[in-house]
Amino acid sequence: MTEKSPKKEKIPRQPMPEQDPQIRKRNFEEVPLGYTKELAVKEAERCLHCKNPSCMEGCPVSVDIPGFIKNIKEGEFSKAVRKIWERNALPAVCGRVCPQEIQCEGRCILGRKGDPVAIGNLEKFVADMEREHGNGELPPKSDPTGKRIAVVGSGPSGLTVAGDLILKGHEVTIFEAFHKPGGVLVYGIPEFRLPKEIVYSEVNTLEKLGVKVECNTVVGKTVSLDELFEQGYDAIYVGVGAGLPRFLNIPGENLTGIYSANEYLTRANLMKAYLFPEYDTPIVRGKDVVVFGAGNVTMDSARTAMRLGADRVRIVYRRSRDEMPARSAEIHHAEEEGIEFLLLTAPTRFLGDENGRLTGVECLQMKLGEPDESGRRRPIPIEGSESKLECDMAVIAVGAGANPLLTKSTEDLKINKWGYIVADLETGKTRKKGVWAGGDIVTGQATVILAMGAGRKASDSIHQYLTWGW
Amino acid sequence: MFEILERQDMADGTVVLNEISAPLIAKKAKPGQFVILKANETGERIPLTMADTDPNKGTITIIYQIVGKSTALFKSLQVGERFQDVIGPLGEPTHIEKLGTVVCVGGGTGVAVLHPITRGMKKIGNHVIAIIGARNKDLLILEDKMKTASNELHVCTDDGSYGHHGFVTDVLKDVLEKEAVKLVVAIGPVPMMKFVCSVTKKYKVKTLVSLNPIMVDGTGMCGCCRVSVGGKTRFACIDGPEFNGHEVDFDELMQRLQAYKEQESVAYEKYLHE
Repeated sequence: MTEKSPKKEKIPRQPMPEQDPQIRKRNFEEVPLGYTKELAVKEAERCLHCKNPSCMEGCPVSVDIPGFIKNIKEGEFSKAVRKIWERNALPAVCGRVCPQEIQCEGRCILGRKGDPVAIGNLEKFVADMEREHGNGELPPKSDPTGKRIAVVGSGPSGLTVAGDLILKGHEVTIFEAFHKPGGVLVYGIPEFRLPKEIVYSEVNTLEKLGVKVECNTVVGKTVSLDELFEQGYDAIYVGVGAGLPRFLNIPGENLTGIYSANEYLTRANLMKAYLFPEYDTPIVRGKDVVVFGAGNVTMDSARTAMRLGADRVRIVYRRSRDEMPARSAEIHHAEEEGIEFLLLTAPTRFLGDENGRLTGVECLQMKLGEPDESGRRRPIPIEGSESKLECDMAVIAVGAGANPLLTKSTEDLKINKWGYIVADLETGKTRKKGVWAGGDIVTGQATVILAMGAGRKASDSIHQYLTWGW
Repeated sequence: MFEILERQDMADGTVVLNEISAPLIAKKAKPGQFVILKANETGERIPLTMADTDPNKGTITIIYQIVGKSTALFKSLQVGERFQDVIGPLGEPTHIEKLGTVVCVGGGTGVAVLHPITRGMKKIGNHVIAIIGARNKDLLILEDKMKTASNELHVCTDDGSYGHHGFVTDVLKDVLEKEAVKLVVAIGPVPMMKFVCSVTKKYKVKTLVSLNPIMVDGTGMCGCCRVSVGGKTRFACIDGPEFNGHEVDFDELMQRLQAYKEQESVAYEKYLHE
């Protein structure tokens, strides 16, 4: 009997090596370990190099994805990262936190019948190679224009604007309210998902290019937008983020042991409270923790609580699994680490002891009705379904609103009824001459890459303005 | 930036004054506003309401009591050394206006915060009666400055070692009996502010208090400093730090201030042994 030679086997998507869930759930080290060179090249070989690459259409900053993947295939890792830099100053960040499954990878043609190319993993790989082994060669800068730009906020959109405009020959100063730059990348996203050293390294690259970073400057308080113009800045980009925590507005919310996600994560990440008492900022180490919400920040909070020694962490969400806004990878990681999900459950009241410490939360069961204005099915309480969950710590991670600090001090900066800055979505131009805005303070809470996309559009518009006028 | 130019031990070494170089903050700050300070890389962000500013010299002054590791660390900084980070001015300034007779009540290091407000109230043309108190004579601060800043000064000590023997509220009651007071400003330990408010409520005199909850960012981002005022949750960092004292839930504030009591004593013990 003769056998036909088997068809050339397709290369499967190369899985990302990860820390074992049972080990990682008690440490703050990064979960994915990263591709080796071999894995990266093998994964890159899967790319079909489509003539009209739809992956690029899915990228808010239009990175030349097939281009950098081709570089990887050829072993030209340094070229690959420079290809990404043409459109994206923060590949080490984006490779880690972008929702690739609904962007580039979601459009990959291979995904129609199987698994898409692991674009995010490859981006992370080349950015890490460059940071650890690169030649440090910086991208070329245009001749100095003598124009000065103030960037307010050092989160993803501010860093993008700074990176773009410094390369075009302008002088750029970033003003940051916190004592360290990076915005949500350092106060919000945990170490195990985005090591802070990576953010500082990206900021450091911008500084090498000539960007000045002024921390401890609360624009709106320490200095106003108009005073920045008086100081000689020609244009201002406002990318201060959403930055106003939402609470549940139910009784007992001010008991001790209840945190907003912003506070909990800022203590743990920026202030390094997980290293207390080596670091001075304390944090409650809950044993029985409840986290409200279902977004990426909810997953981050729950996984942080687990790493801080909780015996049990439960995520409480009033809708069902299908409506959860978090990335599927984050939900999967949380489940692997033993986080429990209580779906169709809504809190009605917090309970505390005589010292004002949290002891539990009363909840109601919900069922789903017709879709609401968000397009998701509206949760409806089921009468008589009250139950009590015991807990000694709770984190409220149900989103953020617009922080009023800057807009309150700038009367001619038009805001909408929710407090977000009114800006042209194509250019980022606000109603105040010489001022652009983008990211969460315009759109409401969104993702890192969308903020970067807004920054990219604004920097193009600012450059045009500095060259041609308003 | 943030170099310590002047340093003074007060109240038997339990309280310290630092005059810090911070030109941008000094230029902008108004009475009632606060700064957040961090001593070093591993330090905690500590909010302190400013005791004074000198825009010409480019300095701000803070006066703080040593209550734990972070303030002990602040105390260890000498003239010529620096705070790693100082952020401000934060919060809303005191609304200083001409009203008539104003009573300024201060206890402990609250007197330091009260001083620029008292001065401002007098300067704008109010008749200012100041009442300050401490546990004993040695712990009393800024008596001379408060004398100059006010039209009339009463001093109280809990143990009777100086001035009136008793609490600031005793003297306050006498004043409220005799005078038509338009406004009381009370700044000090939470129990003191609570008792002042229960007195002024009876006399129906509007009372401002300056709150000192635990904070992290101080810019409205984290909600750590939330306080219940008139049944609503407000953020002391952006809505305050001053509020209508008759509406503040002081018991909740006291409980929230105790949130990290155990960790704070662990950190302080460790610091004292190192």
